Amino acid sequence: MRLLRIVPDDTKFDFMRFRRISFPISALLSIVALVAFFTLGLNFGIDFKGGTLLEVRYPNAALNIGDVRSKLEALELGEVQIQEIGGDGEVLIRVAQQPGGEQAQQAVVGKVRAALGDGVEYRRVEVVGPRVSQELLSYGIVGLMLAVVCILVYLWFRFEWQFALGASIANFHDIVLTIGFMSIFQIDFDLTSVAALLTILGYSLNDTIVIYDRIREMLRRYKKMPTDELLNASINSTLSRSVITHVTVTLALLALVLFGGRAIHSFSVTMMFGVVLVGTYTSIFIASPLLIYLGVTTRTMAERAEKEASSRAERITP
Amino acid sequence: MLYFSKWKALAILAVSAIICLMVVPSLLPSKAYDHLPGFLQRKIVLGLDLQGGSYIVLQVDSAEVRKARLEQLRDDARRVLRDAKVGYTGLNIQGDAVQVRIRDGQDAEAAYTQLRTLSQPIGGAMSTSGQLDTDVTRDGNLISLSPTSTGVQARTIQAVSQSIEIIRKRIDQLGTTEPSIQRQGADRIQVQVPGLQDPSRLKALLGQTAKLTFRLVDNTMSPQQALQGRPPAGTDVLYSDSNPPVPYLIEQRVLVAGEDLTDAQPSFDPTTREPVVTFRFNTNGARRFAEATQANVGRPFAIILDNKVISAPVIREPILGGSGQISGSFTVQAANDLAILLRAGALPVPLQVVEERTVGPGLGADSIRAGLIASIVGAIAVALFMIATYGIFGVVAVLAVAVNVGMIFGVLAMLGATLTLPGIAGVVLTVGIAVDSNVLIYERIREEARAGRSAISAIDAGFTRALATILDSNITTFIAAAVLFYIGSGPVRGFAITFGIGIITTVFTAFTLTRLMVALWVRWRRPQRVPI
Repeated sequence: MRLLRIVPDDTKFDFMRFRRISFPISALLSIVALVAFFTLGLNFGIDFKGGTLLEVRYPNAALNIGDVRSKLEALELGEVQIQEIGGDGEVLIRVAQQPGGEQAQQAVVGKVRAALGDGVEYRRVEVVGPRVSQELLSYGIVGLMLAVVCILVYLWFRFEWQFALGASIANFHDIVLTIGFMSIFQIDFDLTSVAALLTILGYSLNDTIVIYDRIREMLRRYKKMPTDELLNASINSTLSRSVITHVTVTLALLALVLFGGRAIHSFSVTMMFGVVLVGTYTSIFIASPLLIYLGVTTRTMAERAEKEASSRAERITP
Repeated sequence: MLYFSKWKALAILAVSAIICLMVVPSLLPSKAYDHLPGFLQRKIVLGLDLQGGSYIVLQVDSAEVRKARLEQLRDDARRVLRDAKVGYTGLNIQGDAVQVRIRDGQDAEAAYTQLRTLSQPIGGAMSTSGQLDTDVTRDGNLISLSPTSTGVQARTIQAVSQSIEIIRKRIDQLGTTEPSIQRQGADRIQVQVPGLQDPSRLKALLGQTAKLTFRLVDNTMSPQQALQGRPPAGTDVLYSDSNPPVPYLIEQRVLVAGEDLTDAQPSFDPTTREPVVTFRFNTNGARRFAEATQANVGRPFAIILDNKVISAPVIREPILGGSGQISGSFTVQAANDLAILLRAGALPVPLQVVEERTVGPGLGADSIRAGLIASIVGAIAVALFMIATYGIFGVVAVLAVAVNVGMIFGVLAMLGATLTLPGIAGVVLTVGIAVDSNVLIYERIREEARAGRSAISAIDAGFTRALATILDSNITTFIAAAVLFYIGSGPVRGFAITFGIGIITTVFTAFTLTRLMVALWVRWRRPQRVPI
């Protein structure tokens, strides 16, 4: 049986030269993402904004969306979003946070139930009060920052500081692009989105570190090789792995996007974007070339390695 | 790298198999599960998003705790001053303090000393912290008592513990399976009740303070007069629960309160056939109720629940038997619920619902199906791709990933963790990432072979070099999962758990099982060249 070979052996792509294109592209995309974030904003779900969400189903698809709309508008609950989903007679109803504290939020569900009457299946009801939504938002932000800091510290211990900084910049770039994506497509931003962002962060780092590991190994072995040649060689030699892993993760995510159900759909789509489109691109085209600007050269690294080795030797032989 | 002693190989296989088998109890029907010995009674709990149910977070409002404490201080101060026979004016709550003016300047110091006894050390008399729950200050004839913030905090924590007990009693009456009631932080209670169709009844049961009192109705003035002018001292105007609400003038003095009930049951009035709640007092309550009814035959008394008048019957004859009934044009369900509330007792302070998430059983079943299909499709797609790319080594990878997934569920069962839909997504993602460890190893082997090593030496070097990378890259991902577990709640935490466990099992299988399988293959085939 002949085995599938996506990437041929001994590729010699000049990834380092490509940075003259990839860096401006990334800068441009980051600006687009930031502009989208500051103009369109994120489509905060009720986790962070507070409010009420109901998913109801009319049996036998006996749904009259206009009827639902007029019934709910008669309640005068402020901003109400009504969205038909699936096509099985299911509607998603979002009611904005009500003025008047926690009690007022609780009253919404009762009013909507009374308005829609019996014979409707309530598939999901979520009510998040103002206090909890505030907390969840700060937890989310603190969590993201905490993760970045923890990972940075780990990398700093494990690699040189240039690598830690390079990985962090690359990661920040991933997060910015993903948030831009979510704001352009107005994907629900809720707690699961924070989970998606953290996973993207973890995965993208995973990818970056595989390449960095190789770069470090090559730096130790080939002390005379020019830096960009060495970086190119490192990326090329891990290219096959990058692509194959990329395919397997894509297959797994694709299954989630297509069959995972609506409850995690925005989660899956966000991951698809962050992991499949951004993560791998970043590791190859951003994280690795960045090392040149951060002062990783074969000479400095070799000198440092020698210094370390000699100081160790001094300690051993008094 | 490729040599395994027989014992080591057996140990690896045994550990993997045992962890995988831990999932079996979760798959058994509940009857068989109950017959298992205790240490095997560990299983995966389906999250509320998969089995349907309600997740409700209640909060004890510290402002309410402070208010209750102020009222208590006011009543205590009144009692203390009365007992000490000190004349005073204007005893009332002013903002955050109870204030009282002592009539005679000569009594002020003595009154101050007396009132200071109301201030208790936090944590009871045995406490060593030395902090008091109330500040008592004197300014000439004016004495003020104000609860300290640490005192209010301590009371809030206490109120949460008491509320948890009462909520547990109330929910147990609903007859649902495995409700979970937990403290969350200092002032919250998290209630999870699986498999409930309509949470409104649950919320009604949780949201009521259920403070029951029996008090006399004041007949010296009509409620309308009292509303227009000033109600007589020691009375309040309270409204009935009916629509439109009817006002009543009620004495503040409590004849008997809900604490003195020993039992309450729903039943039917023999003459009107209306649903009613019958109750029995304990000895103390029965005695006090008998005395009060004896002294007030012909006057109406009111049964008051949470400051609403449920009914106000006239006392026709002294009630000496220590039991009675409450009728208030209830539905059968309302009578039932009131009986539950009375049996469980009153909450120390009102609770607020601050978060609610309910998933109906229909959606839960749909989610399980969706998760299952996505897992199967994802797994098959990844397996086919791996075998197409790596042949026999691909089969090794697929076996390793299959064991990996088995171990994730095994560990979940051992921890008694909750599986949510995002948790299933975590497993699917692990499948995608777990094969990465195999890819790293195989690609490294290929590289080493291309560099001119013999097959066995290439395989050996490939493992050695790749495993360091696998460890490095997975630790960073694990940090992200750990943070997510720490900050997340509910479904997100479910994702963090499976994803985190998945990372650990991935590293484990890469270091042991994959290596063992490849080593066995090498010993069996003695390959001249690497097959990938």
